[in-house]
Amino acid sequence: MKLSSLIRLTALILLVAFIVMPHAFAFVFEPLTVNRAPAIYNQGSLLTLTLQHLRTVVLATLASTVIAVALGIFVTRPSGTEFLPLSRSLVNIGQTFPPIAVLAIAVPLVGFGEKPTFIALFLYGLLPIFENTLTGLTQVSPQTLEAARGMGMNDRQRLFQVELPLAFPLILAGIRLSVIISLGTATIGSTVAAKGLGEVIIAGLQSNNIAFVLQGGLVVALLAVLIHDGLGLIERLAARKLGRSLDEVS
Amino acid sequence: MLGVVPPRPMLSLDRLGTVIAILIGVALFAAPFATYRATRIASGQSRLLIEALPFTMSAVVAIVALAVAAGAAIVRDPLGRLGSAVIGLAVLLPSLGLSAGYLTPADNTFARVSPSTGFWLLTAAFSILAIDALARMRLGPYGRLAALAVGISAVALLLFSGIWNELSILKEYHTRADTFWREARQHLVLAFGSMAVACLLGIPIGIAGHRFRTLRIAMLQGLGIVQTIPSIALFGLLMAPLGALAASVPLAAALGIKGIGAAPAFIALVLYALLPIVANTIAGLSQVPASVVDAARGMGLSERQRLLEVEMPLALPVILAGIRIVSVQNLGLATVAALIGGGGLGTFVFQGIGQTAIDLVLLGALPTVGLSFVASIVLDALVDIAKGALA
Repeated sequence: MKLSSLIRLTALILLVAFIVMPHAFAFVFEPLTVNRAPAIYNQGSLLTLTLQHLRTVVLATLASTVIAVALGIFVTRPSGTEFLPLSRSLVNIGQTFPPIAVLAIAVPLVGFGEKPTFIALFLYGLLPIFENTLTGLTQVSPQTLEAARGMGMNDRQRLFQVELPLAFPLILAGIRLSVIISLGTATIGSTVAAKGLGEVIIAGLQSNNIAFVLQGGLVVALLAVLIHDGLGLIERLAARKLGRSLDEVS
Repeated sequence: MLGVVPPRPMLSLDRLGTVIAILIGVALFAAPFATYRATRIASGQSRLLIEALPFTMSAVVAIVALAVAAGAAIVRDPLGRLGSAVIGLAVLLPSLGLSAGYLTPADNTFARVSPSTGFWLLTAAFSILAIDALARMRLGPYGRLAALAVGISAVALLLFSGIWNELSILKEYHTRADTFWREARQHLVLAFGSMAVACLLGIPIGIAGHRFRTLRIAMLQGLGIVQTIPSIALFGLLMAPLGALAASVPLAAALGIKGIGAAPAFIALVLYALLPIVANTIAGLSQVPASVVDAARGMGLSERQRLLEVEMPLALPVILAGIRIVSVQNLGLATVAALIGGGGLGTFVFQGIGQTAIDLVLLGALPTVGLSFVASIVLDALVDIAKGALA
């Protein structure tokens, strides 16, 4: 087994162990507490918070993926080309909005809790996926499309059997980026009372308990790094599969 | 039949323009123009355009908006579309200030008037029309900078002429003008100070990484992991060691390094900024053609001269593109610094969330968005200018 895989596996085991039975690790965090403050987050179960955090991210990413890929397909079809220059500019402008601003502006519209977080995650998640869908669909070479047309494929078959499969690895990369941004934004979501791991960090900041801040930070950071790695693995598998099927054709 | 363009009908509808026209229709007739609140945190009452302005003025706004809608659907020339969008904005934006003055009862300092859905939709429709026209005009870097300068001057005129003074967000500003500028300065120091430090560290690291493969792989992987960690978690992870440092090293404490405050935020921003700068320095240097480097060697340039006079200038556009990413990223991330006492414009955002005062949130969020927007346009233009200088 390679060293890097070993490190990942250890990190994963440690993370799961800590989330499931945090009190076994109390001795690590005790030196950081003062005045006999609790060393382990005591206002909720870390496992529940982690699952809630992940649920928000997964639901929001699913929604943004469906909408962003559909929009990406629309603006690259002949009937949607009039929207292409605008959509490129809007994506560029959209990325200048800090996620926290989207979150904060959503609160007065829909109230505190999960809703503003979901909206911010959904909107912010659209951008990388849409951008990568566009890049993926527009970089399919004209010769490939011509060949598909020559084989008698209609527009629909070309899209589903040629263009989307070729764009798939890039779309996956967009989804990965979107998931990572969402994990971070969902953490900040705790400032607007969404259930998630940010709660631990914010409780630590409010009660001046560095132990909470550190364990919250560690769990969120490890979770993000491991998910990023895992999605990267899927991406490489997809790209390899694509490479092989292309080789078979040629 | 190839190459034969079918004759275009005299009056064909532009698809995007039609969408914009529908948006304008909805904004005018189905959405409130402004929101009136008795106090800054009271719940709002909607006011339609006809109620929000004196009759003549609301008629002018409606007629101009309908004219822009018609123009968007029919006119295809980008310059014409841009012109009608600008006229629309020139009527709409000042009218919001007039509406605030009209809706606020005389001598009432508690009442607040803020823009509502209809105003935002109209602004969005006109802006989309303008953005689309500008995108189709394919302006060069200097043209884009000029357009930006015009836009900034227009906003400055609206802000400093006093026409918007009755708006709730500006009332929030006037009650805390001193704090606003202090936090704005802090925001810029956090975002651009950390960017400068990251350039000083990252460009030499990138140059070294270009030479040594092992260093390159290690740096890119390590910084990639840092980039994945959510901001608030990284701030938290830095607080513990910095707090310990301040407690054990008096000099660090004397320099203002503490577990809480600006120090962990600044360090986190530097760490986030390193990846784009290091990665783009490496990418920029590696795309310099080997033949060019060989020619420089043949001309008798030393390694140092080759780097400074040949390789770095050729890599400059790519490095600048990295700096563009960092500037937008840092301006946004600096907002979160307020959560750990690091100050910056995020202070107002979090205060506003705490008090459910949307205007306070916007007072922090809108300048941040504006700064990122300006930074991205300016640096994009610089990248193009640097590319042009090479060609």
